[in-house]
Amino acid sequence: MRSFQDQIGRFDALGVRVLAVSVDRPEINQEHRRKLGLTYSLLSDANAETIKRYDLLHAGAGQNGADIARPGEFLVDSSGTIRWVNLTESFAVRLRPEQALRAAQELSR
Amino acid sequence: MARRYNISLWAGFVLIVAAFVLFPTLFVRFPATRDFPWASLLMFAAGLAIVARGLIRAYREPAACRGKVSGPILMTLGVAITGMFCFGFFHLARQIPASTGAPRIGQRAPDFTLPDQDGLPVTLSELLEPPAGAPAHQNGVLLIFYRGFW
Repeated sequence: MRSFQDQIGRFDALGVRVLAVSVDRPEINQEHRRKLGLTYSLLSDANAETIKRYDLLHAGAGQNGADIARPGEFLVDSSGTIRWVNLTESFAVRLRPEQALRAAQELSR
Repeated sequence: MARRYNISLWAGFVLIVAAFVLFPTLFVRFPATRDFPWASLLMFAAGLAIVARGLIRAYREPAACRGKVSGPILMTLGVAITGMFCFGFFHLARQIPASTGAPRIGQRAPDFTLPDQDGLPVTLSELLEPPAGAPAHQNGVLLIFYRGFW
């Protein structure tokens, strides 16, 4: 998440807003945003409704068997159409900001 | 004649432990050593080879070299630690739902309204196509779903 913060200026320059979504409550998001020095928004999907609509629910994987989101990234263009998707197959393999930036550059072409 | 300490056994074992500890503490920070753990696997392989060398020496020259008891123990532990790492990386880390129903390229992104860190509602469609009079809209939105910190 910090790696995206490091590149946030480049996303801004491309007119791409970064939004991060998890089941965490707003208070926790505020705390982590402050702690990690993040400037992009952290959205709270506490009942995982949106996470379910994106089919990203990882049932029982959270603390005390809570449902959480699996990692997944989507680039949406200004018409609301998905232009790029990244769904990792391993927790060890995470998205690098450069990959998303490359996709974001394609948007303005 | 006092028998020599079997340095290979311990050096190799320390290397194996270091490989196990360094992945979550150091290698995980760099995509090059995280996405595929070549650095860790190399350290495990080297560590096991060095322990094996010490083990062979302990049995070939039992009069000159220690390690007939500690050797098999360290070798077994070394193999177990290596196995745990491989199980974790190649099996546990891949226990992720397939998400075959996730929206695909070309489809519309399901709209949502969710509270941000200040409790203020954020609506995807409004960011992309703001009502008349609102500031110029975005070229796009990058949605990052993450596991959270709880």
